[in-house]
Amino acid sequence: MFDTTTLAKVIFGRLSLDSLPLHEPILVGTFAVVATGGLALLAVITYFRLWTYLWREWFTTVDHKRIGIMYMILGTVMLLRGFADALMMRAQQAIAFNGSQGFLPAHHYDQVFTAHGVIMILFVAMPFVTGLMNYVVPLQIGARDVSFPFLNNFSFWMTVGGVVLLMLSMFVGVFARTGWLAYPPLSNLAYSPDVGVDYYIWALQVAGVGTLLSGVNLVCTIVKLRAPGMTLMKMPVFTWTALCTNILIVASFPVLTAVLALLALDRYIGTHFFTNDFGGNPMMYINIIWIWGHPEVYILVLPAFGIFSEVTATFSGKKLFGYTSMVYATVVITVLSYLVWLHHFFTMGSGASVNSFFGITTMIISIPTGAKMFNWLFTMYRGRIRFDLPMMWTVAFMLTFVIGGMTGVLLAVPPADFVLHNSLFLVAHFHNVIIGGVLFGAFAGINYWFPKAFGFRLDPFWGKASFWFWVSGFYFAFMPLYVLGLMGVTRRLRVFDDPSLQIWFVIAAFGAFLIFLGIVSFLVQIAVSVLKREKLADTTGDLWDARTLEWATSSPPPDYNFAFTPVVHDTDAWADMKRRGYKRPLTGFKPIHMPSNTGTGFILAALSTVMAFGLIWYMWWLAAASFIALLAVAIGHTFNYHRDYHVPADEVVKVENARTRLLAAGVKP
Amino acid sequence: MSINVNPAQTYEPIFYVADEHEHPEGASTMLGFWIYLMSDCLIFAILFATFGVLGGNYAAGPAPKDLFDLSQAALNTSMLLLSSITYGFAMLSMQNSRVGATQAWLAITGLFGLAFLGIEISEFAHMIHEGATPERSAFLSSFFTLVGTHGLHVTFGLIWMVTLMTQVWRFGLIEANRRRLMCLSMFWHFLDVVWIGVFTFVYLMGMLR
Repeated sequence: MFDTTTLAKVIFGRLSLDSLPLHEPILVGTFAVVATGGLALLAVITYFRLWTYLWREWFTTVDHKRIGIMYMILGTVMLLRGFADALMMRAQQAIAFNGSQGFLPAHHYDQVFTAHGVIMILFVAMPFVTGLMNYVVPLQIGARDVSFPFLNNFSFWMTVGGVVLLMLSMFVGVFARTGWLAYPPLSNLAYSPDVGVDYYIWALQVAGVGTLLSGVNLVCTIVKLRAPGMTLMKMPVFTWTALCTNILIVASFPVLTAVLALLALDRYIGTHFFTNDFGGNPMMYINIIWIWGHPEVYILVLPAFGIFSEVTATFSGKKLFGYTSMVYATVVITVLSYLVWLHHFFTMGSGASVNSFFGITTMIISIPTGAKMFNWLFTMYRGRIRFDLPMMWTVAFMLTFVIGGMTGVLLAVPPADFVLHNSLFLVAHFHNVIIGGVLFGAFAGINYWFPKAFGFRLDPFWGKASFWFWVSGFYFAFMPLYVLGLMGVTRRLRVFDDPSLQIWFVIAAFGAFLIFLGIVSFLVQIAVSVLKREKLADTTGDLWDARTLEWATSSPPPDYNFAFTPVVHDTDAWADMKRRGYKRPLTGFKPIHMPSNTGTGFILAALSTVMAFGLIWYMWWLAAASFIALLAVAIGHTFNYHRDYHVPADEVVKVENARTRLLAAGVKP
Repeated sequence: MSINVNPAQTYEPIFYVADEHEHPEGASTMLGFWIYLMSDCLIFAILFATFGVLGGNYAAGPAPKDLFDLSQAALNTSMLLLSSITYGFAMLSMQNSRVGATQAWLAITGLFGLAFLGIEISEFAHMIHEGATPERSAFLSSFFTLVGTHGLHVTFGLIWMVTLMTQVWRFGLIEANRRRLMCLSMFWHFLDVVWIGVFTFVYLMGMLR
């Protein structure tokens, strides 16, 4: 006979009231803030009756532009969460001296640094990069949407599903305390028996499906949907980097899926892949996850390189120097990124020859990267440079990234790495390249393409404030970590014994505060720009006098992007069109074939998230039920054969005429 | 589509397609599905690699020689290979637009697939009954995971096949259904190729260890 506790176990699995962190004031406070903010947001949406609008126009949209914007919003929101973690760590390390334990207990601190890494890489940098690619690539190649618009929507919601699980772990249960890659044996059930690692596994699995499918989607889009005349060597560099990045996604995310599945098997059914006994081998996990992990950092940085290429060419008023070498450098980096993974654990003890091989391949990567750097410099050389915000971020990137690249080459030397492994020097290095490369790139991209997406540019004053706070804050925050790392301080420490180290941590905390001001300025920049949108408006669609096709259409572009598919003759197609007197067609519009919106992607992702929640808490009935529902909805969706419609010619005429009027009004006498 | 992109030959450069043809729906599907299959292939690659590294770690438990029955594995292999042939016949019938024959061959393929799964499940049950469970050793963990993942793919292939047969029955061999049958065809043959790897590296090589 069932007594009530058994029944509760069947229904709720491991979940009980004790799972709520009511005894942790920081978390309760955070929850209060998040809950109040969330409720306020929901109230505002309800008050203004926006639900139908949001559902019809945004949640169910298959328009690559709207999905791209939603990715950017997701990335920004998660940047706040990830940065809150960063501030807590910096504050903790700055005060935990002379016997002080700081303000974070160990089990909380360990969750904070794990969550910070996971969030910043997978839920900030990835959405930023995916969002920009989603928005820009189809426009740059003269397409009307991606190859698989429904999958695109589904991918986005799967990413959101991962975010939901991760955020939930803060208030229901705990998150992993293992570091962002959850190395076994620590992440095995024996040492992490609670739900933390399970949240980690399933958040990444759910989001990983989305990332993989969006990779497949964009590869197909770039291969199949380019405008006539756009041969591979006439593609814009950003599209090239997007192609390489998505190939990397397709070729590396399955590896993550596989290794997390194996870890899950270890934890759920007691297999022995990564255990210390019964023949398991934890180093196997570390090898496999870095076979994903190293390409992952190139997945992030290659599109940033693409952004800088577009920005440099545009703001120097010149064709990009060395287009061909830029393309080959990108491809070489793509290939080499698979041959370096072992440099993350030279200390594994694989011997001198293996370590030398991986040390050398790692150093070789700096050659194509250096070639890129010179290409940007030579593009600027004798250019008529305009120092608008995107260009400022680019210059800051070039200075910062070179430092990060050089410390990377230092770390690639195996004997040096034995000293610097897992030290703050390493932490400084990868923040140097990820902030200096990916994040600066994202900000350059946001400032560059925001006017394209919304029809008005971002306010330059607050943009510059954000820029200077970010850049100076970065140097204050991470240069001390190089020093500390060289002195032998290891990462992820919570308290310190040696008081002479404290000053460096205080400087780093000051840097983090400057970055905080940078983020605040960025949010203010967006708010101010929205308020001043009339003044900042751009009616030309080509605010920066740019060179690639996305600037050939209006800002914001119509749903169908281009009334007529452009024909490309040159690498910088739009610059070529302007130079040779392109006249915008005013008549002859035809109906345009477009995909219809659908809510299926949202529903499938919601069910996947619920299933993951069931698996995390051992609520097997919930997992099984949502899995069956998932199959049913997916199969049901395949019975819908009518997934597209035609924009009538009248509608196209109306939109295009409005643009004609706008252009005429904008022409200065 | 032949669009003149050489500006030297035209006095007025053409900058847009004035008279556009409708793009056929699903033109990228084959490529997209192929890329997806290759990513799936990488999951198997990792499982093979794991088996390669851990496959000899018996932890004083049973080894392949104690467990595998090669004649049963051969029978199993032939089921899957035959199902690939019959799927090929289904595709030929589809090319000739013969709905009935397509459905019949698909049904036969499905039965072969079921037979394969049945044999695999009985093999698993037998091993578990003998105490050779996935928890016993790293060898058995990686064996069950590799072979089981393949079996899981076959299971989903069968669910997909039933779905498609329903759709062919309801809507006929329309363009969309032909495309889907093509995709399932690639999936099914892909599983066959993976199985040849399993048979060679797990069963045959295992007996040689």
